Amino acid sequence: MKKILLFCFALLVVQLSHAQETYPVNGAWDVRPGQFAFTNATIVVSSGQTLTNATLLIKDRVIEAVGAGITVPKGYVTVDLKGKYIYPGLVDAYSTYGMPDAPRQTAAFNFGGPRVSVPVSTKPGAFGWNEAIRPDVNAKTIFHVNATAAEDLKRNGFTAVNTLIRDGIARGTSSVVSLGDERDNLVFIEDQASANYSFTKGTAATNYPSSLMGTIALIRQTYLDAAWYKTQKTEYNISLNEFNRTQALPQVFEVSDLQSILRADKIAKEFGKQYILKSDGKEYQNIAAVKATGSSFIIPLTFPAPFDVEDPLDARSISYEQLKDWELAPTNPAALEKAGVKFAITSYGLTTSKDFWTNLRAAITAGLTEKQALMALTETPAEMLGVADKVGTLTKGKLANFIITSDELFKADNVIYESWVEGRKFVDNKMDVSDLRGTYTLNGGPLSNASLAISGTPGTYSVAVGRSATDSVRSPGTITRTGDLVSFYFNQRPSGIVRLSGYISSMSPVTLSGTGTAPDGTEFKWTAAYTGPAPAATGGPAMARGGQGGPGGATRPAGPVGPVVYPFAAYGFVEVPKAETTLFKNATVWTNEKDGILTNTDVLIENGKIKAIGKNLPAGSAKVVDATGKHLAPGIIDEHSHIAATGGINEGTQAVTSEVRIGDVLDATDVNIYRQLAGGVTISHILHGSANPIGGQTYIMKHRWGVTPEQMKFEGAPQFIKFALGENVKQSNSTQQFGNPNIRFPQTRMGVEQVYVDAFTRAKEYKAARAVKGNNVRRDLELEALAEILDDTRHITCHSYVQSEINMLMHVADSLGFKINTFTHILEGYKVADKMKARGIAASTFSDWWAYKMEVQDAIPYNANIMNSEGLTVAINSDDAEMARRLNQEAGKSVTYGKMSEESALKLVTLNPAKMLHIDNRVGSIKVGKDADVVLWSADPLSIYAVAEKTYVDGVPYWDYDKDAARQKEMKAEEGRIIQKMLQAKNAGSATQRAGAPRRRQLYTCDDVEDAAYVVADSYNGLAQDAGQQSAQNKK
Amino acid sequence: MKKKILLGFGGLLLSSVLAFGQETMSPAKPQSGPIVITGATIHIGNGTVIKNGYVAFDKGKITAVGEGAAPSVAGATVVDAGGKQVYPGFICPVTTLGLVEIEEGARGTVDDTETGELNPHVRSLIAFNTDSKVIPTVRSNGIVLAQPTPEGGGISGESSVMMLDGWNWEDAAYKKDIAIHLTWPVARAAGRGRRAFAAPGATQESPAERAQKQIDAFTNLFAEAQGYATGGKPAVHNLRLDAMAGLFNGTKKLFINADGAKEIAQAVAFAKKFNISAVIVGGKESYLVTDLLKQNNVPVILKETQSLPDKDEDDVYLPYKLPHILQDAGVTYGLTGIGFWRQRNLPFEAGEAVGYGLTKEQALSMITINNAKILGIDKTTGTLEVGKDANLFVSNGDALDMLGLDVTNEYIQGRTIDLNNKHKQLYKKFSDKLGTPVKL
Repeated sequence: MKKILLFCFALLVVQLSHAQETYPVNGAWDVRPGQFAFTNATIVVSSGQTLTNATLLIKDRVIEAVGAGITVPKGYVTVDLKGKYIYPGLVDAYSTYGMPDAPRQTAAFNFGGPRVSVPVSTKPGAFGWNEAIRPDVNAKTIFHVNATAAEDLKRNGFTAVNTLIRDGIARGTSSVVSLGDERDNLVFIEDQASANYSFTKGTAATNYPSSLMGTIALIRQTYLDAAWYKTQKTEYNISLNEFNRTQALPQVFEVSDLQSILRADKIAKEFGKQYILKSDGKEYQNIAAVKATGSSFIIPLTFPAPFDVEDPLDARSISYEQLKDWELAPTNPAALEKAGVKFAITSYGLTTSKDFWTNLRAAITAGLTEKQALMALTETPAEMLGVADKVGTLTKGKLANFIITSDELFKADNVIYESWVEGRKFVDNKMDVSDLRGTYTLNGGPLSNASLAISGTPGTYSVAVGRSATDSVRSPGTITRTGDLVSFYFNQRPSGIVRLSGYISSMSPVTLSGTGTAPDGTEFKWTAAYTGPAPAATGGPAMARGGQGGPGGATRPAGPVGPVVYPFAAYGFVEVPKAETTLFKNATVWTNEKDGILTNTDVLIENGKIKAIGKNLPAGSAKVVDATGKHLAPGIIDEHSHIAATGGINEGTQAVTSEVRIGDVLDATDVNIYRQLAGGVTISHILHGSANPIGGQTYIMKHRWGVTPEQMKFEGAPQFIKFALGENVKQSNSTQQFGNPNIRFPQTRMGVEQVYVDAFTRAKEYKAARAVKGNNVRRDLELEALAEILDDTRHITCHSYVQSEINMLMHVADSLGFKINTFTHILEGYKVADKMKARGIAASTFSDWWAYKMEVQDAIPYNANIMNSEGLTVAINSDDAEMARRLNQEAGKSVTYGKMSEESALKLVTLNPAKMLHIDNRVGSIKVGKDADVVLWSADPLSIYAVAEKTYVDGVPYWDYDKDAARQKEMKAEEGRIIQKMLQAKNAGSATQRAGAPRRRQLYTCDDVEDAAYVVADSYNGLAQDAGQQSAQNKK
Repeated sequence: MKKKILLGFGGLLLSSVLAFGQETMSPAKPQSGPIVITGATIHIGNGTVIKNGYVAFDKGKITAVGEGAAPSVAGATVVDAGGKQVYPGFICPVTTLGLVEIEEGARGTVDDTETGELNPHVRSLIAFNTDSKVIPTVRSNGIVLAQPTPEGGGISGESSVMMLDGWNWEDAAYKKDIAIHLTWPVARAAGRGRRAFAAPGATQESPAERAQKQIDAFTNLFAEAQGYATGGKPAVHNLRLDAMAGLFNGTKKLFINADGAKEIAQAVAFAKKFNISAVIVGGKESYLVTDLLKQNNVPVILKETQSLPDKDEDDVYLPYKLPHILQDAGVTYGLTGIGFWRQRNLPFEAGEAVGYGLTKEQALSMITINNAKILGIDKTTGTLEVGKDANLFVSNGDALDMLGLDVTNEYIQGRTIDLNNKHKQLYKKFSDKLGTPVKL
């Protein structure tokens, strides 16, 4: 095996030299032997092996030998590295080195003008339908050596990088190249190293996907299509072909925050993949969940700079999350190491390459071991990318990629002297020059027995002069060094400027001498004699030339850091609470069962379930809550919500998008979860928006604050899907020009009917075909979801206002053989209540919303009452993060308008939504054996005066009015502590960043047709947030 | 031709609607004789509550308020309100009620935002639609007065206080052209996106600079307006400056939309500089500058208690708690809801604060006498006191709570208000259709 590898390697070398040989030469050939021997060095062969007083032999492009006691053969250039170190050249696993700058534009999103509709790819050629799936692109075909960019990387110690075209969802293959300044042909190490993916569509013009959930659906469907493609003979498809071909490569997926890691991993698991995840470096925010993915990572060192916090009002714009992240981000590599997660470190994403070493050392200070750091920069990336046989360690036969340093690599004042890339030398900092750093006594002319301090790094000395040898107050000056010549310049206030010109007159001890000019113009002779080491540098430790701390290269005050909170957001828990056995004594209990409202009654909850209801229950070991004068009611259930989702709530680019799933894009960090707990809401049904007749799959979430998105899901809950009718669906308020042939069908209620008929006709045929031919029929996620509706294993909740179209959908359902479960916010339900009753369809509505658009001008607040009297299962829903947290009051309005009984009114937001969601066996009433999702109210829960004092989900006290006050105080204290630290950092010279606009969460309602934040990808978030904020206001 | 047919059709439609009594409520006739409400719990509006009391009014004015049996008034209509509650009519400041009928998709019904930055001369008064179908749905929840207010631009226009009853804007006007509305510029950092879209090479104006430019524009305008107002008859009339004259002689107030603490501080200083009577509208961060507001005697009209906190870090109940914070700090504050149709929830917006520190009577004051004071109409309305207009209503229960609000009688300047509305009519119509008739 080894022999074969060696043989292959030999072939490669030959091939590479041949590549050069194919080029004609102008003048005489200049092929040199390239034989070097580096002797007497400390050689770090790998993170686990260090040789002292050893020799490294290289010949042309490869390492010939490494070891102690090697005799240097004849004909080799010997470089004596006594006292110096050799390390393997660093490997950056993620970069766009040598790639042309991709234009950051999205044709589909045309600011200031009507949007251009691009339903399918317009790219000529036998490609797939979606331009964001471009596995056919290869970095190798557009790579071009970029000497300037290479120099930046080499100064940090890198000698090879993995480079990719960072555009699209499937991004094709990357190449591993050396950072040599040679002809393109000579620098390739691996022409197709990894296949690359992301969640952002980049420059693709195709409208779909406009949301993150659409992106995930597209990725899933692509995997399925690629598998199907192998079995079919009808079409040739370059995209699918290449997708299949590149599956054998390492699969690198670029994600961003913590939750996107989990999202990508979920896809990986579904299709039997294991991604290498390039993240934003936020793994520390839930390291256990990250570890559980089993993935390996490529992490950046993009640590945020401290904020300007001097103005306390401006500082209010900085979120708790930003403050905590500033402090904790440098702990990320250490957290991964401690958890035993495999990771590589990339310099990609840094504001300036100068931050690399500053930040890496910050990570080491925060607990990353040097051994692990070296591994993450050499062996791990080499292994991840399948180039461990060529780079990563200093082993015979590998490429001669290494660096020569003054000291141990991670020491603060270490200097990288030279980078050798495939046997070619690159000088970062001159090695054979003397180090002038030290304190000197300076004499001559106006300077008598003055102190001169030269500090910094050999590349960037800083210099200061004091009036006497013992003076601690020094005035700064400048020093210029050219080889053995030096010149100085000081402003000796108040006397004036002194200029010195001289040379190194002795090296042991260092002595400088020369001539100077005093402020009065007189010339004098001077000498400076070394007396001791330089004072400690004030700035951050620097590495390569100009390596002072950059913006992110924060000078970080020492001291302990705060704890990680779950979720990583305001009001996150240091420790997520657990279920408590609790006895509520002497409450008014709204059972929602045949017992009705019980007074002076006790309720015991245990192990997350309701254990007993009765008078004078024994407390046992339970925590006792005196509920005298208070009301205990079932947790509120919101049938229609859009909180806790990210990356767009609508995939409105097509009329039918039953393949997208809200469950893929949950955001467990949305503070609205916590706020709703504070309003007694324990369950939300998170819906796709209403941009298209058949929207996406929904999901039922329990408000478990502090867990991961998957853990929020109501386990075993039935599956639902969102449909929609009316103005949104027919794009009444679209900016697109009517008559545009590409405008999305339908534009009228007439067209909406035909969309349904067509979709379900296709679904029936699909179902029939799959039943006969099985997997020979291409698996279609869109039709599959519709087939589930036909099978009654997926339920419909349909956004609806006007009676005509409601009636239409009922008829379509009758004729095509499917059921409608719920009409949601059905404001004209009172007009068709009898027809719904005949079909057993449930109704969810707003309590009193109307007049916000044409189709709601007949909405009335008596709607719930009429439908309830008609015998429908009726709920009141929110569709709004604000209204959701006082749904109890919205239910109370059914007492105001139409005098519904209070017992029935509370059911509108508890038992009835549970019934329509088919989860009433678990929740919705206070009954022994049901989930302990309960709320303790200060007053009648339907009253405006009721305050949710405690809210339990599965018996866990997630909300507690009194504890919240204490937590707010703790949060304030933590903010204060971090802000103090930021001020210290600023005073210590760290660059700061200005606080931006207060970060507001995007609040979705049905109408938010697209999340501009998502459409225009990551770089335009700010604008999108503004837009989202506006469009989210007061709309349904 | 086409127009005529349409008109003819419209006439037909209107007459048929009238014939069925749908969607049209007639304005009330003037009070024809004394009315005495007896046996009720009387909420004066200033904190006082009279159990088992009476209110008498004649010719549109309150003539007596007291405890126990009402003195007999010759020819009076007696309303037995035993067990019921009597309240001063609610006042809804800063709203688009009457200016907007359908918010979206029917631009023809939207008259709240004029084009341009500086429009002190445009008047909401004349756009107030007394035939709005929305108004009766708001009125039947106890709201009797509203301040339809222009929106948008730097200076949006001027507002009047209107009665929610009238044949046209002339007779619905309660107090005309009382305030000019200005939105204070926010020095808000643009997101990264904004910069990304700037033309390459363009010099970037910082958000603070941009805001300061707008503030400077306001300052210049106000300085000139002040000179214009005090300079006698101008050589050339300027509608904008004419409209602003009232700001400098105390007949108009300046309502400034400002939420941030910094913006509020700037706005207060601005008003002080020109010696203008100012009102802060919004005031989300007013709790951070209560001393400033109190010292300068600048009141705040809070918008919506039923809203989300601005920042994730804020107290989750901050908007609910805000009235109580201002009450404790001694700042004069009132309350409005949002939009137009949603103003029927104004009583609940007030009641919301009770669970979070305010007393019920303080919550009531917030939308009665406090709003009246801020609008400058407290001499004639806002409480149930002798001599004031008989703007009041009777509710079966606690009017700030959805479990109690049930308005049975309502009066504006003594006129008996029709409490019917489109929603009640549709409720009746379809309940009848479904065979479960209701009585309203």
